[in-house]
Amino acid sequence: MTDTVDSRPERPGYVPPIFGDSPEGTHVWQRVPYDSAHYGPVSDFTTDFDHGDPAYNPVAPEVWKELRDGGCPVAHSDRYGGMWVPITHDTVHEVAYDTEHFTSRAVVVAVGRPGDLALPAPIGGAPPITSDPPFHGMARRLLLPAFAPKQIEPWEPEVRKLCRELLDRIGDITPGESVIDAAVQYAQHIPVNVIGRMLGFPAADEDLFRKFVHDALERIAEEPGTREGMDDLGIYITEQIHDHRENPRDDLTSYLLNVEIEGIPVTDEVAGGMIILLLIAGIDTTWSAIGSSLWHLAQHPEDHQRLLDDPEVMTFALEEFLRAYAPVTMARMVAKDIDFHGCPMKQDDWVLLPFPAANRDPLKFEDPDTFVVDRQENRHAAFGLGIHRCIGSNLARLELKVAIEEFIARFPRFELAGDVRWSVGQIRGPRELPVRILAVAD
Amino acid sequence: MRVHLDSEKCQGHNRCYALAPELFDVDDYGQAVLLVDGDIPVELQEKARLAASNCPEFAIKVLES
Repeated sequence: MTDTVDSRPERPGYVPPIFGDSPEGTHVWQRVPYDSAHYGPVSDFTTDFDHGDPAYNPVAPEVWKELRDGGCPVAHSDRYGGMWVPITHDTVHEVAYDTEHFTSRAVVVAVGRPGDLALPAPIGGAPPITSDPPFHGMARRLLLPAFAPKQIEPWEPEVRKLCRELLDRIGDITPGESVIDAAVQYAQHIPVNVIGRMLGFPAADEDLFRKFVHDALERIAEEPGTREGMDDLGIYITEQIHDHRENPRDDLTSYLLNVEIEGIPVTDEVAGGMIILLLIAGIDTTWSAIGSSLWHLAQHPEDHQRLLDDPEVMTFALEEFLRAYAPVTMARMVAKDIDFHGCPMKQDDWVLLPFPAANRDPLKFEDPDTFVVDRQENRHAAFGLGIHRCIGSNLARLELKVAIEEFIARFPRFELAGDVRWSVGQIRGPRELPVRILAVAD
Repeated sequence: MRVHLDSEKCQGHNRCYALAPELFDVDDYGQAVLLVDGDIPVELQEKARLAASNCPEFAIKVLES
């Protein structure tokens, strides 16, 4: 049982991982009966849905529309051992609210799912996102104050400074000629730096964080146990816990190592799970939202100009970016068999929760496929619905708002300059976004 | 006009506080708190409607008189 641990290089201060992709981790994975090579590319999203097909994210809004127009409120797939995909706002809402039939113990659809030895419901591997009631509420209350609006607002100057430094780092620009990658050179650096600072992790580790996120959220069709980044994440967090225990400081990691639930100190396993959640959940999600928003502006100079002429419109534009380009699709597992609008859902089936699809439901949003920069009525579900509302939503909004403001202030005009490469899997956003800078602020 | 906030439905999306801080505050957990008891002054009625029509959880109701 020690193969994976022994195969790791010796490191100073090394302690065995408490999380990871390997059988030695607490997070024990059970292989689902699915061979991605056997299935190949998706032929029909109604009966063979696969968000892990690289062809999905570039055209996802068209897929949702096709499913809705075809009278399919819930798609299905045999992939990943069986998966259902509600598409309408009503069905997404219903699943999100029904914590009796749908458990959060696994929220990333993949070839592996938590096995019998994984931290069981209602806690799960990364509380509270993987938790169900009643534990969910207890864990969530530990984190909510740190991410409440009035705690997040003071971070604005620091986020602004970070964005400006990133823009400075891009270097000399020749308007009309210079092409930069707004995802690689800008968007991807913002959330890693902010959450790293909040958790008290070294800024130099940002490449490592993106690797963790890539392995956890994009390599979903690969064999459990082969995603080395998952084990490295476990090792990294264990080392950070160790270091923060030795050298306590004023950051979220030290805070979480000293919290109690119902008068009992949380275990390293639970604290580590919460730290993993905070590290992973805010990175490619926010980076995707920033990238998608800049992708939109690169193609819609009229919206770009409106934001420059009337900065107040950002209040509404921000929410419209989040509605139209919501990056996050969540997932649940069926906790007990249910007939869901005629769909025979069985225990342990996956259920995708595409909040981005709900955001384009014509029954809830007028003209949903049109971006309306000052949309007045906007009950979008970009941050989820129900008890699992994204805990970092206030931070994500701050980062998105400041990132857009600073980018358009520096580059008052830019256009798309090549092919966009989209992410794979549940988080949707540009990973490569070439834009030609047409004007630079004085 | 009156405003009703269903605290059970509120999940702390923070939209009302952002759009109508004169009418809504947030507590230490980010949950909405209604600041106005009784009739909403005319000058704030549009903001009240905006808060209601942007709540993802449908937790805010505006009762037009």
